[in-house]
Amino acid sequence: MDTSLLDISGAPDERVFKANDYKGPAARWCPGCGDFSILATTRRFLESEQLVPEKTLFVSGIGCSARFPHYLKTYGFHGIHGRALPLALGAKMRRPDLNVFVVMGDGDCTSIGAGHWIHGVRYNTNLTVLLLDNNIYGLTKKQTSPTTPVKYVTNTQPQGSYLNPLHPIAVTLGVANASFVAQTADWIPAHLLATMKAAQKHKGLSFIRILQRCPKWTVDIMDAKVKTPDEMMILNHENGITDAKVQKMYKNQMEHDPSDLDAARALTDMTSHIPLGLFYKNEDIPTYDELRRGKDFTTEEKMANIEIEFDRFAV
Amino acid sequence: MSTSPSASSEGAQEEYVKVITGLGDQTFTDHSCEVVSDAGEGAQKCGQGFGSLSAKMGNGAWTVEIIPAEIEPPPRTPGSTSGVGIRIGQNKVTNAGDSVKLVIAFNEQVLLSRHRVNSLADDCIILIDSKWSVHKNPKVVAEWDAAMEEMSTKGYQWIMVPLEDETLKIVENPKRGKNMFALGVLCHIYDRDVEIAKDQIAMAFRKKPQAVTDANHQLLEAGIAWAAENLDFRFLVPATPPTSELVVMNGNEAFGMGALAAGIDVCAMYPITPASSLSHYLAEVYDNFGGVVHQAEDEIGAIGVALGASYAGKTAMTITSGPGLALKAEFIGLALMAEIPLVVINVQRGGPSTGLPTKVEQSDLLCVLYGQPGDGPKVVIAPSTIEECFHIMTTARQIAETLRTTVFILSDANLATGVTPFERPKLEASWMAGPPDQTPVDPDSRPYEWDLDTGLSKRFIPGQRGGEHTVTGLNHDENSTVNYEPQKNELAHAMRSRKIAVFGETLNAPIPHGGDEGDILIIGWGSTRGSIEEAVDRARAKGLKASSLHLTFLSPLQPGISAVCERFKKILAVEINYSDDPDAPHITKDNRRRGQLAMLLRGQLLIDCGSWGKVPGAPLQPELLLKVIESNIPKA
Repeated sequence: MDTSLLDISGAPDERVFKANDYKGPAARWCPGCGDFSILATTRRFLESEQLVPEKTLFVSGIGCSARFPHYLKTYGFHGIHGRALPLALGAKMRRPDLNVFVVMGDGDCTSIGAGHWIHGVRYNTNLTVLLLDNNIYGLTKKQTSPTTPVKYVTNTQPQGSYLNPLHPIAVTLGVANASFVAQTADWIPAHLLATMKAAQKHKGLSFIRILQRCPKWTVDIMDAKVKTPDEMMILNHENGITDAKVQKMYKNQMEHDPSDLDAARALTDMTSHIPLGLFYKNEDIPTYDELRRGKDFTTEEKMANIEIEFDRFAV
Repeated sequence: MSTSPSASSEGAQEEYVKVITGLGDQTFTDHSCEVVSDAGEGAQKCGQGFGSLSAKMGNGAWTVEIIPAEIEPPPRTPGSTSGVGIRIGQNKVTNAGDSVKLVIAFNEQVLLSRHRVNSLADDCIILIDSKWSVHKNPKVVAEWDAAMEEMSTKGYQWIMVPLEDETLKIVENPKRGKNMFALGVLCHIYDRDVEIAKDQIAMAFRKKPQAVTDANHQLLEAGIAWAAENLDFRFLVPATPPTSELVVMNGNEAFGMGALAAGIDVCAMYPITPASSLSHYLAEVYDNFGGVVHQAEDEIGAIGVALGASYAGKTAMTITSGPGLALKAEFIGLALMAEIPLVVINVQRGGPSTGLPTKVEQSDLLCVLYGQPGDGPKVVIAPSTIEECFHIMTTARQIAETLRTTVFILSDANLATGVTPFERPKLEASWMAGPPDQTPVDPDSRPYEWDLDTGLSKRFIPGQRGGEHTVTGLNHDENSTVNYEPQKNELAHAMRSRKIAVFGETLNAPIPHGGDEGDILIIGWGSTRGSIEEAVDRARAKGLKASSLHLTFLSPLQPGISAVCERFKKILAVEINYSDDPDAPHITKDNRRRGQLAMLLRGQLLIDCGSWGKVPGAPLQPELLLKVIESNIPKA
């Protein structure tokens, strides 16, 4: 690894960044899309953490969510469907000086990219992963996704979706090396912001499922949740995600120790309420980018080491 | 010397132990042999050792692996054959050569497999373990007899060797010793320097207890002693002491070392034969260079990681073979669209689908050129020697970065597993990739500031202040803003295409081997160069006006190919991929499917290029190509 990059970033930076400094071109999502809220909250998050724009990278796949990086003034990589995680891993593994975020939709992450998702969690690279879960394929016009509720009518399954949905939190918690797993909602920006801040502090892959409104295709699914705040169950803990405003706003709250993996998994079975907060956190799992960070060698040292290799193969 | 020895004849073993060939000492400018055993019996170690020993003595050498597709297939079956073919020469050896003149076989079934693929010359001398002909299991004896019957059509010369019996006098497990006894036999026959052989053995077992080295030295000497006692011939191939320092390795190792020299510090891969061994080599040494072999969750993840690292300014490559190449197609399209440098090594194997995983073929050319949906101009290079495998890595990296494009390197199983000495490269610091540019971006420049004449532009790398933008696989304008306008789509396509054409202008015209004009010009690419040029040399020695042209760049094509072709009466593309036999049923001039290079040249250059393409799963033998030349040369 080339530590000279860290030296460059170590130069004192007297710039102060405002949320608007991270603002890119106007977003083109449908009016009422939950992505607007996530984007605005992300800009506030970037401001609160004072992340340097040129040192910040948002990587996305394909879908409505994948347009996210275009609307920020940071570096962005709008990739291909399901494959944001490998791109992000490649960048972060060799550029530890970059703050790398991954934005995926439910089809992107839990369907076509499911293999990268499982292994991405297992690599536990130091990334923040935002799963924008609106329970549907939006950009391709209302096809069933792995998180679409059973019997929900879509264009590919007009008789109603056939299968029970998978629970992204439950799946993530089932993967070795899961180290930060949280759930939040686009319509509770204070909670989303608190969650992103907690993720930024975490060393390892932070997986954040964001329940996201789709005003076009799944308005009935999410509207019901938005309109019935009592359906939400706020998870509290001194090591969890706490926000005073949220604690005031929501009636249903419970203590949950995020170091308790079994309790976290049990929460994913909860049917009475939707738990929001930090399900699980483990600070002790090595990150892949650190595990694979090699020593730094000068060109002269490398050339000397190649000569040693030639000696081994010398006739 | 005899016809095929049948076990049922009385006293079979005694009859064939001492054999009078009457050959005595013979001198050759080059000679080829094979060592074959069941997988796991070490014939590869024996053959590779013999090859590098010969190289150290100053002989030209080329070894080619014979690899079963399974790890430990049932023993004593033709499918379990593992071994090495070795060709040594007085001068440089550029290919595996023709059918072999001598073989050491650990049993008759593995020998049979070599007979069936016509690997053995008609008068091949066969040294074979005699134990199977007198085995206590009648089934084994019956198998021996059936094999001998099948091989009796050829005039092979048989010599029985008590391979296992002699080995058991020294070690308890013959599977761990027959190979060194066999190496001893070869050392006697080819008059090899025993001290070098012993040094090599000591080197190979340096991490094991001294007793292991001692036992192997004993086995080597036993093999030499047995051969000296029982054989009445030697094959002498004079060595020419090398005038410069040499290194000896296979093509995958040469790629790995070339990657080190080029400063490529990420190799993202997913296990696939025959590319994997490249990553094995790098994984062993990369810690000394700060590099990473990333074994991804799948082929797609592998190229994704390479592309992500490259996007972030580090030099990265991914390696693969046919089936993996298919999976990478979408990411190739993205790399080309977003103009992110990337080096991809494709070590071709037999296809389609899983095909022939361990065998040589050149069937991915068109897939690499056109395999990703949409138009995807890129650079495709095919090294033709193991030495080129080393040097091409720096070239590929520099092209990828300068042009902001994907550079494909097309190798194959022949280069990947072939071993030959070449001149030790003289390293230059300028070959190494520098650190990524982290200087602030000129406020007036844009992420795709295409030079309208050349299509070239300078990329912005994360960390560069003022360069913030989002790269995308959607069509985009100079600002990297998504754009669906027809003019911008046309422009972006033209820019990506033009930079490849501009690069092509910098290439030299290929120079024909043989003569500048004549009756027939053979055009080849990739690993077949040595065989083709040797065949041309033999044809010219017979007075035929044959030449050959070897293409290193398949995209863009080097300039001047048409001009060369105009000076020959007939053009014939020769390659290891499938083409319809023109005389096959239902095949006409119009529906005939030709070899891939032939299709490329016909389409690109509008020349009447003939096609000879076969899929034997083996390197092309010069003698076969000589016949191809003779039968294709235009009649006066």
